[in-house]
Amino acid sequence: MAESSSISNPDANSNLSRKRRKIEPKTPAGAPTETGRPRWQNDVEQQIYSLKLVDALCHLRRPDSAAATSRAVRDAADQVLAVSARGKTRWSRAILTGRLSLRLAHINKKHKKAAKRAAVGESRTKKPAVQKKLPPLEKKVKVLSRLVPGCRKVSLPNLLEETTDYIAALEMQVKAMTFLTGLLNGAVSSSAAASGDSSLADRG
Amino acid sequence: MSSRRSRSRQSGASRISDDQIADLVSRLQQLIPEIRNRRSDKVSASKVLQETCNYIRSLHREVDDLSDRLSELLESTDSDSAQAAIIRSLLM
Repeated sequence: MAESSSISNPDANSNLSRKRRKIEPKTPAGAPTETGRPRWQNDVEQQIYSLKLVDALCHLRRPDSAAATSRAVRDAADQVLAVSARGKTRWSRAILTGRLSLRLAHINKKHKKAAKRAAVGESRTKKPAVQKKLPPLEKKVKVLSRLVPGCRKVSLPNLLEETTDYIAALEMQVKAMTFLTGLLNGAVSSSAAASGDSSLADRG
Repeated sequence: MSSRRSRSRQSGASRISDDQIADLVSRLQQLIPEIRNRRSDKVSASKVLQETCNYIRSLHREVDDLSDRLSELLESTDSDSAQAAIIRSLLM
């Protein structure tokens, strides 16, 4: 554990100093080749994530106070998580490019729907050769591939690898957000208590 | 159907061996708390996949709940005190 933290510390420093950094394609020298759970279970990584998330959330609030919807928070959290992956995994790249292609997908969907209605298309299946009897295992693999972003057409071993990384990242996300929620809860209640106390003091 | 062993479905360059898949499934198995706590070595691959999907879905739901709460909290507090509180706690 000490080993991993000592390796990731230089990353942490460079991360904090360059907040707006894009994903760099090359891996930093000395980074561990095994990018699985140890990376996401690192406390330092979690703290960095919390800081970046707070930064992103505060930027959300500035232009328009009504923008802090739950969906916006979730999107920001996913974005920051994907950035923390440093472009090494497919799901993170899918999240980051997802926002760009989301609007295109919407437009495409509308065009497709109009075209279908005009042609009264009967073949709604995407694949021409539909296997009726998918073994239950393959069905589950399909479901899993839909849950992990960007992994619909990925081979099975890659999918399983992406899944392990994705699960570890999600766990870290949950931990960091729980931590932030607790902090904000404390901040809100303490400020409320402070204002309550001062009003009491005035009366007393 | 039993002769559908051919992995030509997969677009990978090499044939994927059962051993490889078994190895990855066992790795996945370690991650999922449900299966980890049961401590049985004979969990089938289908069970592992099922539990994985359930676990990911529950994690998604947790993140949604947390972002609900976070958005509410952000509404009621100003960003300066929030940031100050967070940085303070992270530095200590």
